[in-house]
Amino acid sequence: MPITTKTVAVTGNQAIAEAFRQINPDVMPAYPITPSTDIVQRFSEFVNNGKVDTEFITVESEHSAMSAAIGASAAGGRVATATSSQGMALMWEMLHIASGYRLPILMALVNRALSAPLNIHGDHSDGMTMRDCGWIQLFCENAQEAYDNMVMAPRIAEHLDVRLPIAVNLDGFIISHSIESMNYITDEDVKSFVGEFQQINPLLDTDNPKSIGALVLPDYYMEHKRAQHESTLKVMKVVEDVSAEFGKRFGRKYELFEAYRLDDAEVVLVALNSAAGTIKDEVDRYREKGVKAGLLKPRLFRPFPYEKIGAALKNAKAVCVMDRADSYGGYGPMYMEIASALYPHRGPALFNKIYGLGGRDLMPLDVDQVIEETAEVARTGKVKMVKEYITVRN
Amino acid sequence: MSTTTQEKPMTLKSLSHKKDLLTGGHRMCSGCGAPTIMRQVLLAVDGPVVLTNATGCLEVSTCLFPFTAWRVPWMHSAFENSAATAAGIETMYRALRKKGKIKKDIKFIALGGDGGTYDIGFQALSGAMERGHKMLYICYDNGAYMNTGIQRSSATPFGADTTTCPAGSKVPGKPQRRKDLTRIMAAHKIAYAAQASPHNWKDLMTKVKKALAADGPSYMGIVAPCNRGWRSQTNDSILLSRLAVDTCFWPLYEVENGKWTINYDPKDKKKPITEWLKLQGRFKHLFAPGNEGLLEQAQKYVDEDWASLKKLQEAFGR
Repeated sequence: MPITTKTVAVTGNQAIAEAFRQINPDVMPAYPITPSTDIVQRFSEFVNNGKVDTEFITVESEHSAMSAAIGASAAGGRVATATSSQGMALMWEMLHIASGYRLPILMALVNRALSAPLNIHGDHSDGMTMRDCGWIQLFCENAQEAYDNMVMAPRIAEHLDVRLPIAVNLDGFIISHSIESMNYITDEDVKSFVGEFQQINPLLDTDNPKSIGALVLPDYYMEHKRAQHESTLKVMKVVEDVSAEFGKRFGRKYELFEAYRLDDAEVVLVALNSAAGTIKDEVDRYREKGVKAGLLKPRLFRPFPYEKIGAALKNAKAVCVMDRADSYGGYGPMYMEIASALYPHRGPALFNKIYGLGGRDLMPLDVDQVIEETAEVARTGKVKMVKEYITVRN
Repeated sequence: MSTTTQEKPMTLKSLSHKKDLLTGGHRMCSGCGAPTIMRQVLLAVDGPVVLTNATGCLEVSTCLFPFTAWRVPWMHSAFENSAATAAGIETMYRALRKKGKIKKDIKFIALGGDGGTYDIGFQALSGAMERGHKMLYICYDNGAYMNTGIQRSSATPFGADTTTCPAGSKVPGKPQRRKDLTRIMAAHKIAYAAQASPHNWKDLMTKVKKALAADGPSYMGIVAPCNRGWRSQTNDSILLSRLAVDTCFWPLYEVENGKWTINYDPKDKKKPITEWLKLQGRFKHLFAPGNEGLLEQAQKYVDEDWASLKKLQEAFGR
């Protein structure tokens, strides 16, 4: 493994495993599931070859993975895990408890479609299902972003204003299994950037016994949840601060979202993760043709930066929100966020495309069609269909 | 495994000087077996201990915000995962100890009722035992989901009337016999598995000490009378736990590194199961005319289990 900064050709899963090695968590409980399995396997090799100090727990299910993560984190140390899709779904009960107990657990969520029908390929239905679980959610376009976000993750989650669990999302197979050129940071730099884990009320402090996990009835429950919400809102500034420090030290700049050729854009697409790469190419092509196209790629999905995203989109003429997940019978989950963000503004015409479910490719020509339609809506101000599936058979 | 884990003999007098680690003022029902058991368990522990607790009566009644009845570190996270939560805590302990951040020797005890242990928590328990976490899992077994209102579990005895297997005109209570979890735990080849009862505090506490001294995971099932679910008198809890043992419904035995030992054999004083059943309203219908066959069946199940346990002792005893 590299010990100095260098350009490497690795998969997204390799990059995450490398970030975990450098973070060197105290405990990792994990259970294999495609397409995140590779992270866990690689990390097990680090453990069994003495490259990390981590105690690895080969749990018998994802429910126990998150339960053990909660126990270990409350005990008083740094905990990381990785999962996908059904694995996250099995953890779902415990995800709320991790955030409710304010435990800064690190998770790599390699996005994959939820069953049924069974499918192992990438979409965001797992990540979107996490929306209301109280976790910080970062989304990543490529292996470099996945690695960088994971290096920043402990600083965000463990910040004393925050203390919340965090999930770093990357697209299954498209990013997790594709080899890309990217840069690793040195072990020493990651170690000094991440810093030591700071305990708060550790359960293992047996001289000062604590009870964690009380029954809280209607007289106090809402105060707990409101405190949780207010702490979650503080995440935005912490993400900005940590990202600014990261940019200063390592040269790669990150904001709450990426605004690609957005300043004067009239025809705007919104998309998460790997599709943004394809869309950027097509935005460039349309710019050459004289279409004022642009892309907004959210990075922080929870908490959602409504005000800043609303301000960034309000001057567009038409916005198409591309969702790689659906809320059946409703609009796509990202569309609902963007609509909320734009509500205070006399905003652009807004519509929604559902694409790429279960790993269906989004090709440049598909993006072109969306840009054409968005340009048409920008000209006419008329949306023909608010929500529509694309890249799908009739 | 060494059985000489006690520095000095346990006497009621010496125990009376130890601090109660589960305080009074908790909200368990009067006559409930669980807090009595927990006091005995904690009196048997020397040195620091950390507890996890599955969702259930013991959990909701001992830690109602902003109060707690626990004087030791205690954690509840959900229903089915007391063992997995304890596994995480125990693993973090090993990680921090390895790095020199913790010096103390800390013991770990995971707690659950029979619903959280035999049923919904079965997988997490099996996983934690198989992986070898150094913890003691204790199931206080009252034979039903008492916290949610007396629904049947796989620990509910044959014939019992519960709210999900009510004694009706077509189906007279629980049709199935109970799962034998202690033997299933022994089949995990863990260092120590045992059954105990609060009427025999010395046996129970000795077993807790042995379990905590074991080199690896250990399991104890403890019979826990519940007057609400058993429809019995609040002052009969200890009597009922004694009768559970005297009838051989709940034999006291232990499996130490594969060696099976029955700790109490009533021999010719073995009482008929009806002596235990008749004090409990949940079995009242079994005594109605026409249900003699059910009582015979209940006796047959107890006799079969007792006979097979004796064979295990013969085959794998000393």
